[in-house]
Amino acid sequence: MPYRHTVGPRTHVFADLATLMAKATPVRSGDCLAGIAAESAEENMAARWCLAEVPLKAILARPLIPYEEDDVTRLILDDHDETAFAEIAGLTVGDFREFLLTASSETLARIAPGVTPEIAAAVCKIMRNQDLILVARKCRVVTRFRNTIGLPGTLAVRLQPNHPTDDPAGVTASILDGLSYGCGDAVIGINPVSDSIQTMSTLLSLFDGIIGRLEIPTQACVLTHVTTTLDAMNRGLPVDLVFQSIAGTQRANASFGVTLPILREAHEAALALKRGTLGDNVMYFETGQGSALSADAHHGIDQQTLEARAYAVARRYRPLLVNTVVGFIGPEYLYDGKEIIRAGLEDHFCGKLMGVPLGVDVCYTNHAEADQDDMDTLLTLLGAAGCTYVMGIPGADDVMLNYQSTSFHDQLYIREVLGLKRAPEFEEWLARIGLTDADGALLPGGAASRLLTAAPDLAA
Amino acid sequence: MSAPGDDLWQRLARLTPARIGLGRAGAGLPTREVLKFGLAHAQARDAVHTPMDAGAVAGAVGALGFPTLAVTSGAPDRATYLRRPDCGRRLSPESLKALSEAAQEPVDLALVVADGLSARAVHEGAAAMLAAFRPHAERAGWHLAPVVIATQARVALGDAVGAALKARAVVMLIGERPGLSSPDSLGLYLTFAPKPGRTDAERNCISNVRPAGLGFDLAAFKLNWLLTQAFARGLSGVNLKDESDRLIEAGTPDIAIGRS
Repeated sequence: MPYRHTVGPRTHVFADLATLMAKATPVRSGDCLAGIAAESAEENMAARWCLAEVPLKAILARPLIPYEEDDVTRLILDDHDETAFAEIAGLTVGDFREFLLTASSETLARIAPGVTPEIAAAVCKIMRNQDLILVARKCRVVTRFRNTIGLPGTLAVRLQPNHPTDDPAGVTASILDGLSYGCGDAVIGINPVSDSIQTMSTLLSLFDGIIGRLEIPTQACVLTHVTTTLDAMNRGLPVDLVFQSIAGTQRANASFGVTLPILREAHEAALALKRGTLGDNVMYFETGQGSALSADAHHGIDQQTLEARAYAVARRYRPLLVNTVVGFIGPEYLYDGKEIIRAGLEDHFCGKLMGVPLGVDVCYTNHAEADQDDMDTLLTLLGAAGCTYVMGIPGADDVMLNYQSTSFHDQLYIREVLGLKRAPEFEEWLARIGLTDADGALLPGGAASRLLTAAPDLAA
Repeated sequence: MSAPGDDLWQRLARLTPARIGLGRAGAGLPTREVLKFGLAHAQARDAVHTPMDAGAVAGAVGALGFPTLAVTSGAPDRATYLRRPDCGRRLSPESLKALSEAAQEPVDLALVVADGLSARAVHEGAAAMLAAFRPHAERAGWHLAPVVIATQARVALGDAVGAALKARAVVMLIGERPGLSSPDSLGLYLTFAPKPGRTDAERNCISNVRPAGLGFDLAAFKLNWLLTQAFARGLSGVNLKDESDRLIEAGTPDIAIGRS
């Protein structure tokens, strides 16, 4: 069924819901590359106006990819909570924006299971950046493994100790540096160069040893393919969290070599290990706008909507952490700082609205029109929006993946400006070992020595 | 807190190229580190945006004794190149015509030097890489097409070049996406039976080729190993694993053949 919107003498026609949503999206390079973006500024606004008048029920009734063709669509519809949806079932997209701006945290938590990714994406397209920040800030998504992540007024950090050859001593050096800045409550998580089980074994044992000997209330993860992690669990290696990159269509997931049954198998295997002391959120997912298009698996749907569909996949497995690697994939998907900033706020909002613990890898590559000033801006906006966690990378320079993200220093900055705390158990640990004062501020001098006193052979 | 004068941090910093032990000024970086980071980013940006001097590259390659041909991709400028990877993967109509006219009898190997995302990598490393590879090619007796110098090119452009030149295999020497500490890195991509539409899974890659990374002689050795295997087995890509390290560990090969 075509959608129409008239502006003065011109009537804009949109062939179907996917077209309407693509044309209503704030323009970005990836949708242009796919040939589905609005072709004029007026068409972009006409589509938003038209989309605002679409009932949420109509979005639910018109899957963008047919139920029979795509297991992500089946997951979205099979998992949909009609009771939770009932409260918003009578609204249009435009009404829903106003509902969200006035809703309490309790209301937002109640409706989350009724919000499909397409509904989240649709309302996102007619919201300004300040709307995305204000509503996300009210959403509460709390998860637990060995600490508590997502409490109001907190921001966690993934300590990312990547190394170009996975050298254990080099990785350890980065971990000690990060811990000395009070980073690592979200996870100590490495992207290894090698996907081999030997590397996996070495790194898992290294992390397990550090966390055990220093008694750090946190969790570790080696970010390899889910099948490698399954292999590691079968061999009895110390796996805390299962990692996988996921996307919003069945075909895009297939291009990652992943299916929903494999995710379920890995989830069940990790639950059975019972390694969490405070909770059983055992999954860690990464996503990013443009992944479906780069796999030629986008079905003519805009990249922001597909990204929200990936959060529906994540939601089913009750993850501890999910992050969008927002500027990693390159300028053909998000061209410059403005597009990266907008996408980061969109992804965080959609994830939180759907009840997913969303963090953001605030990042860019050297062929994008962006720099560290843009990352400062996005980090500050995400801090205001109540982002679950960000990355902590030595000097913001990932020497393995060749991109720039946020640093150990950057998290100190955002804590000082916005008064954000770490996960409470981690905060208590830092004070106990003498790295921070009672308010969580770093104490001057000697922090690393104290860490090494606790585990003298780590940097031997 | 870490300070540059701290012995412990100096010791730890030697274990990784990561930027650790930087010290801090309150929540921020010391001024020295802010400026060092800014300079590294500036160099990486310049590597992306500096146009390749195709004439100079052709001159340096020609001086090694290789005939050369210049081509352009379907991306007319850098802005289009960055937004439209599809344009960078195909030859411009004029270049496709020129290559088709230049093609004679089928050859074993077509070599392509391409700007990719770092002209600096090509300016500083392409001729040295070809010089290191030439003795391997001569020893193998491979019949080579003229070396193609390609502007605004993505990796897959090599397959179009290889097909137009009727080559059994193509090797692309291309500037890689620069990192802050590696603005000068070349990638070598090998496709057996090149033709447009080949996927990444059908190519082999040797990356991080630069003086401070994988050196030219070792890269040439690995490339020769992969090419020999590709010709023998009639394939490239994920089914052709680079096992040249086993030979190196066994100490069998003379890596820098033809060089003293």
